[in-house]
Formats: sequence, C-alpha cells, structure tokens
Amino acid sequence: MTLAEKILARASGKKEVTPGEIVMAKVDVAMSHENADVVLRAFRQIGVPKVWNPDKIVLLFDHRVPAECEKTAETHKRIREFVKEQGIKHFYDMQAGICHQVLPEKGHTRPGEVLVGTDSHTTTHGAFGTFSTGIGATEMAGVWTTGEIWFKVPTTIKIEVHGKFKPGVSAKDIILHIIGKLGADGADYKSVEFSGPTIKDMSIASRMVLSNLSMEMGAKVAFVEVDEKTIEYVNRKSKEISSTFNYTSNPNANYEKVLEFDVTSLEPQVACPHSVDNVKPVSEVKGVKINQALLGSCTNGRLEDLEVAAKILNGKKIAKGVRMLVIPASWEIYLKAMQNGYLETFIKAGALVLNPGCGPCLGAHQGILGAGEVCVSTTNRNFQGRMGSSESFVYLASPAVVSTSAITGEITEL
Amino acid sequence: MIKGKIWKFGDNINTDVIYPGRWLKITGDPKEMASHSFEGVMPEFVKEIQKGDIIVAGRYFGCGSSREQAVACLKHLGIGGIIAESFARIYYRNAINLGLPILIAPGISKKVEQGNFDFIEVDFAEGLIKLKDTEIKVTPLPKFILEIIEEGGLIPHIKKNLVNL
Repeated sequence: MTLAEKILARASGKKEVTPGEIVMAKVDVAMSHENADVVLRAFRQIGVPKVWNPDKIVLLFDHRVPAECEKTAETHKRIREFVKEQGIKHFYDMQAGICHQVLPEKGHTRPGEVLVGTDSHTTTHGAFGTFSTGIGATEMAGVWTTGEIWFKVPTTIKIEVHGKFKPGVSAKDIILHIIGKLGADGADYKSVEFSGPTIKDMSIASRMVLSNLSMEMGAKVAFVEVDEKTIEYVNRKSKEISSTFNYTSNPNANYEKVLEFDVTSLEPQVACPHSVDNVKPVSEVKGVKINQALLGSCTNGRLEDLEVAAKILNGKKIAKGVRMLVIPASWEIYLKAMQNGYLETFIKAGALVLNPGCGPCLGAHQGILGAGEVCVSTTNRNFQGRMGSSESFVYLASPAVVSTSAITGEITEL
Repeated sequence: MIKGKIWKFGDNINTDVIYPGRWLKITGDPKEMASHSFEGVMPEFVKEIQKGDIIVAGRYFGCGSSREQAVACLKHLGIGGIIAESFARIYYRNAINLGLPILIAPGISKKVEQGNFDFIEVDFAEGLIKLKDTEIKVTPLPKFILEIIEEGGLIPHIKKNLVNL
C-alpha cells in the first residue's frame, strides 16, 4: 500500500484499502482559523451540545489579525466564546501565526495521522507524513459532531527529484516548475509523494513548500517521504508520536505514475498572472516593473526564507516607488528573525515588517493592490483579483527573486 | 428534470473569482454573501441571474480556496446546479455538503459552445442532460452523495442520522 492507503486503512479500521474505495476515517486533528465562525454556525444548526472531542480541535486566528474591521472583531469574539464553552484547550488566538506553520511548531502535526483543516493549504502537513487535507466549513461541523469524515481512497503520483540546486534556486522553484508541467489540475483528487536525494537533502521548511504548493496542482494530500529529519522534528515538538507505524509506502505499492525531475540546471521560476501553472523561467519575465514585493505566507514565511532575504537586502535599499512587506509565518519565526538581526536588516532596507499572519495573500487586508499594480510575491496564489483589484497582477516567485526584485524595482534574474 | 438558462464559464474558474477573499469577513448572512458573487469579473451576474439557471463550465471548476461561501453565494442566488467537465475536490465536497446539485459531464462545455444553446435540461440524479433535441447521458453522482444532496446537504443528513442512532 501507498502511505495514503496505509493511513486511511488505519483510520477506518481496515486491514487494507484500494484506490476508489470510500472509507469513513477517524480524524486525529481538526484545525480551523477565522472560518471557525462559519463552522460553528453550522455546528449550532446540527444542534448537538458538545463537540466530539475538544482536545482534537485546534483553533487560531491568522487570516485577519489584528481584526481589520468590526465584522472580524465579532468573528474573533464568537470563536473565543465557543472555545470557552466547549473547553477547547488548543486555542492560540492571534498569538501564534499562520495555522500551517503553527501546528507543526506546537506538535499537532504528526506522521501517520489524519488532519483536516478548513483551509485548502492544509496539504502542507503532508511534509511530515500526515494525511492532511482541506475541507469546507459545513463538513468541519460534521467532524466536530462525529469525529469522522468520508474519503475516497486516492491514487498516488510519485515524484522523485534528483540533483543539486544551483545557487539561488530553491524548493519554490522546483515545485513551481512541477506545477507548470503537470497543470493546475494535474493532481486533482490524487495523493502525491515526494522523494529522492534532492528532497532528502532539503530542510523541513523547504519540504513544507512542496506540500503547501501541491494544492495548486489539485493534490488531495502531498507527502514528503518521512525520514530521520522528520522524526527528529516531530519528536522535539510532540510527545504523542506513535513508534509502531511504518510511515513509508511499501516497496510494492501501486503508483498511478512515477515522475522524475532533475534540478541540476533549473533556473529560478516565476508563476505569471493569473494562474499558478503559468510558469516561466525568471529570464523570460525579467524587467517587469513592480509596485509591491511580498515576503511571507504559509508557503515562504519561514526562518530560512527570511535569512535568504536578509542576506540579499543587507546594506541595500528597496527601490524607490516599491513597497516591500515582510510577514514572518509565526511568532516563533518572528522572534528568531529579530534575534538574528534579520528584522533590523529589513527595516534599514526600507521594508515594512508586519505581524505574523496571512497578510494580503488572500486580499483581506495589509497590502491590497490597486488597479494596474504589480506584486512579486512568495505566496501561493496569483488568481485574478486575489490580492485586491481585478486589474492587478501577482507574480509568484522564491524569496531570493522577490528580495532581489525589491531592490531593482523590477522582476530580476539573480 | 430541471430546465434553466445556461451561464457559460471556461476552465479553472477559481474561488477567488467566484467569491473574493475580502468578503470572507461575512460569515452569516447568505444574502449579503450572494451579492458579491463574481463581482470582480462579471458584475452583471448577480443582477441577471434567475432562479433555476444552470452553470455550465469547463475543467476544474471551483479550484483554489476551501471557502464555502463560494458555494453558498451561488446557492442563495438560486442556481439550479453546476455542470462541469471536472471539479476541484474541495468545491465538489462543499457543493454536496450545502445541497447544491452538481454533475460531471466530460465534453459538455464544447457542446454548449458549438451549439450556442441558451437553455439546458438536467436530471442530476439520473445524469441526463438535454440540449434542444440532443440527449447526453453521463455517470450520475454515487448514491450516497445524491442522498446527501437530496436531503438538502450535510447538516440535515447528519441530523437525520443522529436521530437514527
């Protein structure tokens, strides 16, 4: 069996499952952010007084922090009251950061488990061998009620990556390249497994970029092969990890297809407006004038991303007429970036350093684009109107390309 | 069988286009949500939509965010259902969970485009589509999913099963 099949078999109490089969799976972690407000409305309509297990629910605020308007303030209030009423202990309010960074940091993301979140980029947790996927609010209300959810067992695409990156090329570039090749729906409904020597060499943070962006080719779940690095990270963060489960696919597992990529000669990649699979090498996009450069998000707001940017921006100035926004993905990262002097570098370069959260990625607040404006961003979506005006343009790239472009004022080859 | 006016859409219609992120702050009032449907790219949609109209789309309808508002807004406007070449998985589940009929019909958008049809008749439960004098049969949704839609979505479905327990 593949890892997806193994985890679903375990979660549904079966010995074996096969692709296409529908199973009822028990949920280990149920995560929501501000949209817990929509979930709790549905939960009230169902009418049961108590959630199935308050210790398996993790809640926090990241999409609109601090509250950008009265409606959001009321949403935050309602969720806080609900947390109290239900005795939910894993609640981080707005003092932790973006859900997909915070859950691993706080030990809620564990290999072999089923994690559902009311956020599409919940695929991120697959970097730890977790069967993790996004669901809607009403479906989450169902999980809060019964602790279970139906899944169709997915087929699996195995992606093996070989070779060493050229300087300035990173996980973001290879995953954009893969999405460009497979297309926006290239992995719709499917499980993806990343493996190979390049992946093994990657930090946990870089692996999370792969699982995070796999959502943009439709993946239901996106695993990175579990190894000693994963186990070391998870053990450090969590006391509840099971040691009896084998977190890798069996050698005779059935894959729908096996794809191989070599990064040796890969250039930095850019996803051009208005779709994530509209990917070109940076050399073909260079010279595009920018108004905003955004470094952050659940894709690329981690310490290693800020480190890359700080090295590039050290002693430099952001181009005149360009605004650069830096948004660390979590409080832990925010603090370390401060201790390491990165934040000072950003401020001296003329960047705006904002509090951890999703920021303007989804167009809610903190850096909305006007008509005709262009943003080069480390985030994960460039859909029309995503970051503001329907007549604005978002280019997705790595922290290195975004930081370099902030200095020159145009999309720049390293 | 329901008959409705066709609203044609292409491939990869994403949830940011259907329901922009800046309105996610609306969490309760479906009428307020509905007023922002497709507002950035098709402002006439909300004004002209009639109850029972049917969306016919290309591949990967509803890709992107897990925001349920992108289904709730269309349902509130009275959309009779969505037929697409394929759906993004979270949108597919959200539609089922909110009781909005959907159907996967490979080749449908080309047929509608070429024939320049204005109206479509659909039996979602049977997987039957009528375009003027042409009839197309596709695989309907699995039975247990049809049941959830017919019951009005996941909330009534769970309520019913809780009573049965």
